[in-house]
Parts: sequence; structure tokens; C-alpha cells
Amino acid sequence: MNRTILGGAGALTASLFAAIPAFAQEAAAAAPVPNPGNNAWMMTSTILVLLMILPGLALFYGGLTRSKNMLSTMTQVGAAAAVAMLLWVIYGYSMAFGGEGNAFISNFSKVFLAGVTPDSTAATFSDEVITEYVFISFQMTFAAITAALVFGATVERMKFSAAMVFVIVWLTIVYFPIAHMVWYDGGEGTSGLMFGWGALDFAGGTVVHINAGVSALVACFILGKRKGFPTEPMPPHSLTLTMVGTGLLWVGWFGFNAGSELEADGTAGLAMINTFVATAAAGLFWMLAERLAGHKGSALGFCSGIIAGLVAVTPAAGNSGPFGAIVLGAVASIVCFIMVSKVKPALGYDDSLDAFGIHGVGGMIGAIGTGIVYSPALGGPGGDDFVMATQVWIQLKSVIVSILLAGVGTVIAIFVAKLITGLRVSEEVEHEGLDIGEHGERAYN
Amino acid sequence: MKFIIAIIKPFKLDEVREALGAIGVAGMTVSEVKGFGRQKGQTEIYRGAEYSTNMLPKVKIEVAAPDELAPKIVETIQQVASTEAIGDGKIFVLDLASAVRIRTGEAGDTAL
Repeated sequence: MNRTILGGAGALTASLFAAIPAFAQEAAAAAPVPNPGNNAWMMTSTILVLLMILPGLALFYGGLTRSKNMLSTMTQVGAAAAVAMLLWVIYGYSMAFGGEGNAFISNFSKVFLAGVTPDSTAATFSDEVITEYVFISFQMTFAAITAALVFGATVERMKFSAAMVFVIVWLTIVYFPIAHMVWYDGGEGTSGLMFGWGALDFAGGTVVHINAGVSALVACFILGKRKGFPTEPMPPHSLTLTMVGTGLLWVGWFGFNAGSELEADGTAGLAMINTFVATAAAGLFWMLAERLAGHKGSALGFCSGIIAGLVAVTPAAGNSGPFGAIVLGAVASIVCFIMVSKVKPALGYDDSLDAFGIHGVGGMIGAIGTGIVYSPALGGPGGDDFVMATQVWIQLKSVIVSILLAGVGTVIAIFVAKLITGLRVSEEVEHEGLDIGEHGERAYN
Repeated sequence: MKFIIAIIKPFKLDEVREALGAIGVAGMTVSEVKGFGRQKGQTEIYRGAEYSTNMLPKVKIEVAAPDELAPKIVETIQQVASTEAIGDGKIFVLDLASAVRIRTGEAGDTAL
């Protein structure tokens, strides 16, 4: 199962014709009508993804930082999402899903949502349609969370203004093109690059997680380490809030994954159960990995495992059976554990909240693993003609293209931000905390 | 008179307080303190980043007592607060020069 989106037939009723009621009615009569059930589910899913960002991701990240940077972290997450929402309706949606274009972007025909009316529709994967405004909103939340995720690697030292400039440039040259490349089905020859290859990415393992994770890694390399890292202790200031954020992320992720079916059908149900079980396995396996490494099973380990599992099951949500998803979640959890607790300290880079270690690495395991668990022999929904080696190669190719695009795009976006606003807060602000220095407030009084 | 300072594990406080009450100790001062001895500190690990805290929380009890009751108090605290594990704490006994009850101005043993 893959996402498709065709230029809405309802777009025929463009504002140009709206002035001529008789003509408009004629066109509408021929257009497919959205099923209210599907529309209602997609509206719900859209709001669930918003819940993942605010307050979900904001609390998850905020709890992991020191208390002097709590508001800065949460505000960067929220404001990045808000910038993404506006850019999305101005030109992002058009670049990603605007209609016929090339393998890398659509076109600019729907800039400022030109031609979209309440009657416009977007195709799902069957012959159903949903209201285009709902589709635009749903996809908007994906752009919003991806932009916010990147800041997991750069918190506690990056200027708020630099973060906002970065988001604008990064969405334009990285996110909108990747969303198009992976998800746009314009038919033979005009689809996005990876979609054309037949890459499987149910809910955004490549577009959201690999993309955000790799961008985070590159950004934190250019930005540099936090002052005092790694000798000064920087323990999370509230694992309670991190646990609350984790719970909200998990709940919201059902909108992200099951919503990506674009209909309230059986495949959405499959995505739902996979989002339960892969995550459950991942949470437990992280704690198990901690025990095997000679530590105590920790609350933060449980939360980290949950996120790793959610990330890994994202591309596989509707592309795997429940037991394939359990294995995928468990494997991703163990690999991410090794990555953040062994590899990162050994290499010494300061991916502060492990945006790369969990989203990047978990996303890659998920994207490549989807090529395996899709197999009908493993309980996946692949057809009889499914060839695992071929599919895994396609998955691997899309992962590599995403890494390259995210890496190069992030370098450009970071340097643009550096040029306009400067990247880092002053040493004094970093020491006093970004809450007071950048926002003039304290999280706790 | 003796002044007895005992550093014990926090979870032993209630037991010690009851046991001392039972042998006739009428009052004590309790404070939450931090410190280290042979037990050293403890290690916290967040996603592989290890932080060792070298001070551990303990409870400090201070009791002033007549000479004849002091050995009994020390013995009681030692027995009740012991878990036979490292980090159980210490008891210090000092000579006490004088004691005054503020309300009445009584001094010496009667002030205790």
C-alpha cells in the first residue's frame, strides 16, 4: 500500500467558475463525493498529529533538557511547527502535492491554495476521495512535526531566530521535495522519484524520521557542542514530563500511522494494531538491552524504546503483519540503544536529545525493515510476486537519497541561518539558560 | 550530660524514633543531610551518559541525654539503625557542658 494523491477533480470548480452557479453545480455533480466517515477520521487523525507536536514532542524534549532551557525547547518546537503550517499553505503543499511536475517537486499551481474550495477533493488509495482541505491539513501536520523534530539535536544553545530561519529554508529545500519524491503519485513518468521506484513508506519513515534525524545530526555538527559537554553533568530536568510527552506522542501516533491510510478501512486497522504492538515490544526491549549492558532498566529507557518503536513502525504501519511489526520494533529498539548509549559517547558529538540516534537510526531500520516484513511469508500484505531482495534494494536506495538530500540541504539551511542571525546564543546566555536569555521568562518560579 | 549525634539511613528514622521513645528519650532534633563515607555516592545513567553523585542523603539525629541514659541510647540506635550493609551511618557522643530550658530557665538534667 502506498500513498497516492491526484489533482482533485473538484478543483474544476475553481473560483473562476464559482460565479456561474449553474456551471458549478454541473461540475460538482460529476465529481466524487467524500465519505463523511473517512473525512471524520482524517480530521481526527490530523488533530492527533498536532497533539504529537504540542504538547507531546514539546514535553518529551522539554523534560530532557535542563530546567533553565525548558521554555526555549518547547517554544522552538511549537514555533517551528507554526512556521511550517504557514509555509505549507503558502507554497509547501503546492511544491509537494500541487500536481504534475518532475521527480523532485510538483509545481507552483496551488500556491496560496489557488483553486482549492470546500468541494475540492483528494484521492485516497481506493476509488474514494476525501476533502482536499482535510488532506492539506493532514499533510501540513507532517511538515510541522518534522521541522520540530530536528531541534532535538540543537537545543540549549541555538538562537530562536536562527531556528526560525533554518526552518523556513530547510522546509523549502529539503522537506517539500522529499515529501513529493516519496508520496506523490502522478501516474507514469510524473510521480515522485522514490514513489516511482516503488519505495514503501506508509506514514513517513523516510520523509519524516530519516529526514529529520539526518538533518539533526548535520545541524549539531555545524552548531557545535553545548558548553561543558560532555564533562559537565546535564541530566534531564523532568523525566516525569518526558513520560507524559511520550504518552501523548504514542496516542497521537495513531493519527500519524493509521491516518496515513487516508480512509477508515482495514489497512488503517492494521496500521493501528502495529502501532500498538511494535511500540510495546520496543519499550520493553530497550529496558532489556539496559539490563544486558549491566544497568538498571530505566524510565527514560522505556520512553526511548517507545519512540524508537514508533519511528520504526512508521514506514511499516500498513505494510507489515502484527508479528513482523513486533520484531521490527524490538530490533530497532536494540540498535537505537547501542547507538545512543555506546556509539554516540564514543564519537563524542552532541546530539543533545538523540534526534539522530532515535529518529534517524530508527527510521533507517524501519525503512529497510519494511522491505522485509512486507513479505507475505512473514505475515505482511505483499502480493505473490513480492521479491524481498528487490524491495530491500529499493528501500535502501530511497534511504541513501534521503540521507544525501537531508545532509546537503541542512548544510545550506544552517549556513543561511548563520549568515542572517548567527547560530548560537552568547556564552553568558547559554550559561544562564535560554529561557531568560532568549524569552525573558523562567519555566519554574 | 552527653550530646549524641547519629547519622543514619533515612528510612530507619521512624524505627529509631520509636525505639528511643520506648527507652525514655523525650525529645530529639532531626535534619536531612548529605554526605559520604565508605559507601561513596551513587551513579545515575541517562541513555548511557553516566553521572556519579558523591553525596548521599542521610538523616542526622541529635539527642541530649543524662549520663546514665547515654550508653543505652547509643546501643539502641546502633541496633535499630543497622542493616549490616555499608552506609548505615555513624554515632558520635560528645560531652555536654550545659543545657537550659528556654521557657522556664531550668538548667542541667532537669532541662532535658
